[in-house]
Amino acid sequence: MREVAIVSFAQAPNARRELRNEVEILMPVVQEAVARSGIERPFDFTCSGSSDFLQGQPFAFVMALDAAGAWPPIPESHVEMDGAWALYEAWVKIQTGQAETALVYAFGKSSPGDLPEVLATQLDPYVLAPLWPDAVSLAALQARAYLEKSGHSERDLAEVAARSRRSAKSNPNATVSGDYEVEKLLATPHIADPLRVHDCAPVCDGAVAMVLVAGDRARKVCERPAWIRGIDHRIEPHSLGARDLTVSVSTRLAAEKAGVGRGAVDVAELHAPFTHQELILRDALGLGANVKVNPSGGALCANPMMAAGLARIGEAASRIWDGSARRAVAHATSGPCLQQNLVCVLEGA
Amino acid sequence: MSDLVRDEGGVLTAPHVLEYPYRRSVGPVLGRFFTALRDGRLVGVKTAKGRVLVPPAEYDPETGAAVSDAFVDVGPGGVVTTWSWVSRPRAKQPLDRPFAWALIRLDGADTAMLHAVDAGEPSRMKTGMRVVPRWRAERVGHIGDIECFQPEGE
Repeated sequence: MREVAIVSFAQAPNARRELRNEVEILMPVVQEAVARSGIERPFDFTCSGSSDFLQGQPFAFVMALDAAGAWPPIPESHVEMDGAWALYEAWVKIQTGQAETALVYAFGKSSPGDLPEVLATQLDPYVLAPLWPDAVSLAALQARAYLEKSGHSERDLAEVAARSRRSAKSNPNATVSGDYEVEKLLATPHIADPLRVHDCAPVCDGAVAMVLVAGDRARKVCERPAWIRGIDHRIEPHSLGARDLTVSVSTRLAAEKAGVGRGAVDVAELHAPFTHQELILRDALGLGANVKVNPSGGALCANPMMAAGLARIGEAASRIWDGSARRAVAHATSGPCLQQNLVCVLEGA
Repeated sequence: MSDLVRDEGGVLTAPHVLEYPYRRSVGPVLGRFFTALRDGRLVGVKTAKGRVLVPPAEYDPETGAAVSDAFVDVGPGGVVTTWSWVSRPRAKQPLDRPFAWALIRLDGADTAMLHAVDAGEPSRMKTGMRVVPRWRAERVGHIGDIECFQPEGE
């Protein structure tokens, strides 16, 4: 395997409602990631993740190229997925030898629409989507199945929320942060029984960008590159009732393939847009109590649609750069109820 | 100039409708499911290993192998395997009053299907409870031919 490292990362402020359009949100983020990388344009490869369904128009991602700069012509690709999968494509491109540097970015502006309803359009179009089950309701089905099987309580979920929001106090790009008492959180009403507001990621508008560089060139531009030592992604059936929603089989398999268990994990950034999903993911990844989970606050505190998974990888890389982690695990998810999952192992040496 | 383009005081306008104007076939497996719904029945398909998938799929999600051509009647009643409560239904959802979403494993099935349960209030919902479909009088071969499920015995 060719050595590939993340050498820079930038993100937008994750505001609840951006007045800027997608290109305007993205452009300073891309410029910051490029400036921090120490790599001169053009990049050998550019890859992005976003969803036309958020913008409500076909091929909407093409406009976003204005932010990346596509003249003179550049080799470029796009995935209609979270940007974590764009990073995977860029990593594969570098493995093939066709690229040494890559710019990866992702963006999503969810505030103009009704995100839980928009997400219903990603479901099976015959037996699920015509019923318009919103994303929060589907997550609540998973939450109840998990709570009843595991013996965990709604208090355990509130504790995940309180810890995440406390961690996010040190994250200037968090949508939600602060000190919250579990008792007060539990006193709030359900929005989709058994889930409350704090169990669900806030809706926000955002963008993320980062730069990947291969081998010795990464060592030249970065003092302590965050090396991608393992990366894998797996998917489960689209029929919710054919899955065991209380476990994440695809995360466990991706973790095995990515080699999560080959060494101690200092930090894990998990893309869990709902509190119960963090608990399911901890089990699937085999993370012990000594692993620091989501020091950024995680997706429960900032969840830019199509970019939050890539942000987890960027946050994990940041812990490598600042020396607080020698080995970090980042996770990204896509689809309803953790249907598809990507696991990435980063190391500082 | 096309009939659709109009000159409004020197400004040309034309309608733009965002749509996918094509028809899809649901294929031989889901087709059987929807035809049965139109007839007021529920069917599943057997995998090579003998598990019954409802809703049916063309491939076994566990093995990726093609399913058998054995369709079996299931339900009409079933068991709620998990549920969530909707206190404020959205306009496009099946019911206009508070209801539960539930995964329902129909009698004779090994997988569960999603639908709405008209239970009135969340205290009447419980994992493991039995529910039966409420059929629409006019059915067209669509998942909405089942208006919703309701607690058995009502």
